Amino acid sequence: MPEISRDEVARLADLARIDLDDAELDHLAPQLDVILESVASIQGVAGDDVPPTSHPIPLTNVFRDDVVRPGLTPEQALAGAPEVEEQRFSVPRILGDEQ
Amino acid sequence: MITRSAAELADALAAGETTSVELTRAHLDRIGAVDGTAEEGVHAFLHVDAEGALATAAESDARRAAGEPLHRLDGVPIAVKDVLTTQGMPTTCASRILEGWVPPYDATVVARIRAAGLPILGKTNMDEFAMGSSTEHSAYGPTRNPWSLDRIPGGSGGGSAAAVAAFEAPLAVGTDTGGSIRQPGAVTGTVGVKPTYGSVSRYGLVAMANSLDQAGPVTRTVLDAALLHELIGGHDPLDSTSVDAPATGFVAAAEQGATGDLAGLKVGVITELAGEGWQPGVMSRFQESVDLLAKLGAEVVEVSCPSFVHAMAAYYLVMPAEASSNLAKFDAMRYGLRVVPEGTPSAEEVMKATRDAGFGDEVKRRIIIGTYALSSGYYDAYYGQAQKVRTLISRDFAAAYDQVDVLVSPTSPSTAFPLGEKLDDPLAMYLQDLATIPANLAGVPGISVPAGLAADDGLPVGFQILAPALADDRLYRVGAALEGALTAQWGGPLLGLDKLDARIEGGK
Repeated sequence: MPEISRDEVARLADLARIDLDDAELDHLAPQLDVILESVASIQGVAGDDVPPTSHPIPLTNVFRDDVVRPGLTPEQALAGAPEVEEQRFSVPRILGDEQ
Repeated sequence: MITRSAAELADALAAGETTSVELTRAHLDRIGAVDGTAEEGVHAFLHVDAEGALATAAESDARRAAGEPLHRLDGVPIAVKDVLTTQGMPTTCASRILEGWVPPYDATVVARIRAAGLPILGKTNMDEFAMGSSTEHSAYGPTRNPWSLDRIPGGSGGGSAAAVAAFEAPLAVGTDTGGSIRQPGAVTGTVGVKPTYGSVSRYGLVAMANSLDQAGPVTRTVLDAALLHELIGGHDPLDSTSVDAPATGFVAAAEQGATGDLAGLKVGVITELAGEGWQPGVMSRFQESVDLLAKLGAEVVEVSCPSFVHAMAAYYLVMPAEASSNLAKFDAMRYGLRVVPEGTPSAEEVMKATRDAGFGDEVKRRIIIGTYALSSGYYDAYYGQAQKVRTLISRDFAAAYDQVDVLVSPTSPSTAFPLGEKLDDPLAMYLQDLATIPANLAGVPGISVPAGLAADDGLPVGFQILAPALADDRLYRVGAALEGALTAQWGGPLLGLDKLDARIEGGK
């Protein structure tokens, strides 16, 4: 049984907001299956007694003084925007047809 | 002049033998002569900023003339990987989704380079979002290995390594998430350092995997790497994972190593990083370097790190998981590409169309694997296990460093392979990073030093040295000692301009 089906890849692509067409699904799904098959060996390697590591060097919470620092101007912040309107990011409608 | 090391160029500037404008122009001319285009030449650069570099150089010369240089490297040109933000210069991460984006701020590494007065020649090519081991996943065409233009320059930082190897820049900055500085160093015959995690700021480094990414030096000599590491390293309040320790002592360690005395040093050869699948020409050069270290007075023992066999699997779960989350910010709303399908599409439809058009195959593969590894039902079996294996790998390192001062292995299992060979075989590509990944998972520092040319194909081999976290100075001591002994044996540096130009000319 494959680790991951074509339908599942389509569902994950949807979750990840990538519009894969049929040709891409045909191309990527078998490759993803091979990759997942190779990493599946990790299951059961470490027992319950092994704590997980999220960061290699232990982290402590970092605070800074609450002082005003220079930031981006509105012009700088908007300089790379695909569309700008009245000094704001202009975006497409956010509700889908069914909402 | 362009064949000199950065340290030698700095000395020449200090002695008044040359000017920064002259040096910068010489490197820009070299870029013009060999860098070519997406279709031909080395293609190490995605963007060249001749005007900006020359203006910075003129300012540097004025400071020198007034006797007020900002740094030893003030005026020495440098190239920067296109994953670090540069105000006023495009930053694309070699992706279509960021085509033409000019960031409104500098990465801390870039700010430090500017504050020290180094002219930035331009931005170097890479695998898209640093995902790859060959620079073939760049949306703007591959970089070609100056040693053989039909071969890969390594990746993801193939542009930085090739630029330095081809004498287009004396110094470059790279980033290393699973080997992206060290493996390109190995296959281009240059020096590449992945510092201890957190010792170089990640502020302004467009993240692939936060807990693994680390910027570092790409150079032709170990001393140059030490100089650049001290310049870019050190605590940064803008990066919450930045380690609050000074980045000092690296230059002194390189100078000490160059004396060639390694008496009292214990070197561990990692037994798991050898055997079947490792190119014989790589292994014989590696063994030769190990023997040289022993000749210099080091005690060499074999060390087993049994969990390293699971490092690949852990890495290809942790990294995509973090990448899938990081790359969610490319949503076509605030910057970068926006693709609008026909009709009156919703924001979600625009996002999907943009991400499909803007990301290449490897980025899509990793985002989907990461989404899978983090999804409910698989989280414990995959991502949770990968995090535990990370602990096991750190324990292996800790146990090894109880016995030895540094660990060594070949940097990469093979020399540079032909362009296109592994492009559509992700797993074969991933295996390139077998020896470099454990250091990223554990946060420890590593260096790749040229170990000569493989007898079977005449291409460069890299020798990897790993040290405990925050003991980066050991990389420079051992690296400089090995470099000195090998250079004496070769009768000069591995990379001569004549030899290289004949190869570049032959590859045209």
